[in-house]
Amino acid sequence: MASAVSSLEKYVEEYDEIKSTLPGQELDWLVQLRRQGLDQFSTQGFPTIRNEDWRYTNVTPLIKKSFQSVVVKPSIAVMPEQMHDYYVPDCWQVVIVDGHFSKTLSKLDGLPEEVVVMALSDALIKCPDKVKRYLGQAVENEDHGFIHYNTAWFSEGLFVWIPQQVKMKQPLQLVHVVTQENVATATRNLIVAEAGAEGMVIESYFGSQAQAYLTSSISEVFIAENAHLTLYKLQNEASKALHCSGIYSRQEKHSSFNYLDFSFGGLMARNELHVNVGFAAACDLNGLFVGRGRQHIDNHTSIEHLQPRGSSRELFKGILDGRARGVFQGCVKVFEDAQKIDSEMHNHNLLLSDNAEIDTKPQLIIYADDVKCAHGVTVGQLDDASIFYLQSRAVSEEDAKDMLTFAFANEMVEKIKVSGFKSYILALLLQRFPQGSIEKEWL
Amino acid sequence: MLSIKDLQVNIGDKSILKGISLDINPGEVHAIMGPNGSGKSTLSHVLAGKDGYTITGGSIEIEGQDLAEMAPEKRAREGLFLAFQYPVEIPGVSNIYLLKAALNAVRLHKGLSEVDALDFLTLVKEKIKLLGMDEKFLYRSVNQGFSGGEKKRNEILQMAIMEPKMCILDETDSGLDIDALQIVAAGVNSLRSESRSFLMITHYQRLLDYIVPDVVHVLSDGQIVKTGGPELALELEQKGYGWIGQEA
Repeated sequence: MASAVSSLEKYVEEYDEIKSTLPGQELDWLVQLRRQGLDQFSTQGFPTIRNEDWRYTNVTPLIKKSFQSVVVKPSIAVMPEQMHDYYVPDCWQVVIVDGHFSKTLSKLDGLPEEVVVMALSDALIKCPDKVKRYLGQAVENEDHGFIHYNTAWFSEGLFVWIPQQVKMKQPLQLVHVVTQENVATATRNLIVAEAGAEGMVIESYFGSQAQAYLTSSISEVFIAENAHLTLYKLQNEASKALHCSGIYSRQEKHSSFNYLDFSFGGLMARNELHVNVGFAAACDLNGLFVGRGRQHIDNHTSIEHLQPRGSSRELFKGILDGRARGVFQGCVKVFEDAQKIDSEMHNHNLLLSDNAEIDTKPQLIIYADDVKCAHGVTVGQLDDASIFYLQSRAVSEEDAKDMLTFAFANEMVEKIKVSGFKSYILALLLQRFPQGSIEKEWL
Repeated sequence: MLSIKDLQVNIGDKSILKGISLDINPGEVHAIMGPNGSGKSTLSHVLAGKDGYTITGGSIEIEGQDLAEMAPEKRAREGLFLAFQYPVEIPGVSNIYLLKAALNAVRLHKGLSEVDALDFLTLVKEKIKLLGMDEKFLYRSVNQGFSGGEKKRNEILQMAIMEPKMCILDETDSGLDIDALQIVAAGVNSLRSESRSFLMITHYQRLLDYIVPDVVHVLSDGQIVKTGGPELALELEQKGYGWIGQEA
């Protein structure tokens, strides 16, 4: 406990040193927002397992390292060729390296003029009023240390604003890369789709060279009436990284939100997803998490229906090997006036070793009386009868297991609607199941 | 081809097969008939190498090689094929992918190169026509949502692609209507050759009208109690299994 306090102090002490370098210092409202964040963080610190929402995920031992804010470290120049592995084909790219926007590595040619895509630090200079309308709005009722930390510390982020009726023709990829050891990066992304707009964003998080570091990322997503937003997220951090992210979306009436999460990397990952579904709006939330070794991957999701006639679908699949531990916490909350809700939540888990563990906790909280809500959870191993069947068809036991594991994962890959990202995820998955027999037939 | 000598098999402490001996020569078709619980399915599972059975005595050889020591995939690569009574559904693995993986595993074992994609497609399309299956089955997950008849046809399709030496058909007729039975039987008959042997395990004589065996064995309580020609099957059909036990 004493060490937790002292590490908290180290983080807070650092703030005085770095605050003048953070973007938006000339904006009173932002300075005030950051101060509130700092105050709350100073009192609460990072969440501990005494907090019910964090009981399965203990960040304290990792946080003790006192990661140093990346803004005080000089940025290391990254060559474009080093980025090659991170780019998803046929996308616009916004690149953030060690918490700083890189204009030279980003690719935004051909972006429709009316669409605003820029680094959040630029947006705070060029269109601060637009930022002010959204920043902090989707997380205003949320209260845990990582959000307050992020609000106070964020050094950069992605700002996307798609005006009314505009449809983005190709996806926009946020490429977030950490190259330095023992640093903490905090980014805040704002994604706004105005009425009738359509867009697709891919958030991707990588670590290059560096092993241990902290990524804190919060995305606030606003989907207006009749707008359709697709958001994909890939977490492929370095092997000792701590990744704490949150997606917070607000949907207005008749809008749709498609979300797909791939969590493969890091030593510990906490993926929060909070969706607020409006009148007759629909959300489809999906995730695949794959852990091995001593990885810990926690998916914490909540869906709130405050308005009638909304629908929500959620499917998270986990594959855990070695001593990996996975968590799925899913909560669907239907408020009193939200009648005619149609909701389904599923979590299926595959344990590949005796020492792998999953804690899964689906929750329905329903105050309305005319709703359709279903949920289901399974935890299982590879089916012996299926393995034997494949073996009897000359496939080796190892290949059979890989084939079945891959088949389990492939359902989520099939949900990807962008071919470039689909191939990208497939390639990553195939690295995980490296049997030569699983090849391009799957593509 | 297949030589079984005094095979004794337990499940746990329970003795299921109590000394079975059987010799199948290349090109021969044998049938094993027997009432429920006689050990028919145990025999097919043990031959294919399924877990959960203990061989307590005797031997199984395929072309002089000890089968009991081989992993199931090795048996398949050596040319042993089991058409399952209850084929497993495998969501997410496409039929065509499994066919190709199976064929390539067999080819690599024989020292051949992997099959060329175009040649493979030509081969599969030819075989699928033989079994009266629609090409769309190739791109569906293995057996998922297939009817009973479609599953059995799919087993024979796999057999036709893998071209095994020793084919075991475990209750292939069960759950088939007469049309499907005729198609499956025609598929099997087209694969009969001087170098390929078959062991059909069945409860009813019906299948044997379409695939005529050279030898018929009667299995009862874990032992072969009678062996004869195709006429033995007809006799069983008329008299049932009861008289065999009395005669023995």
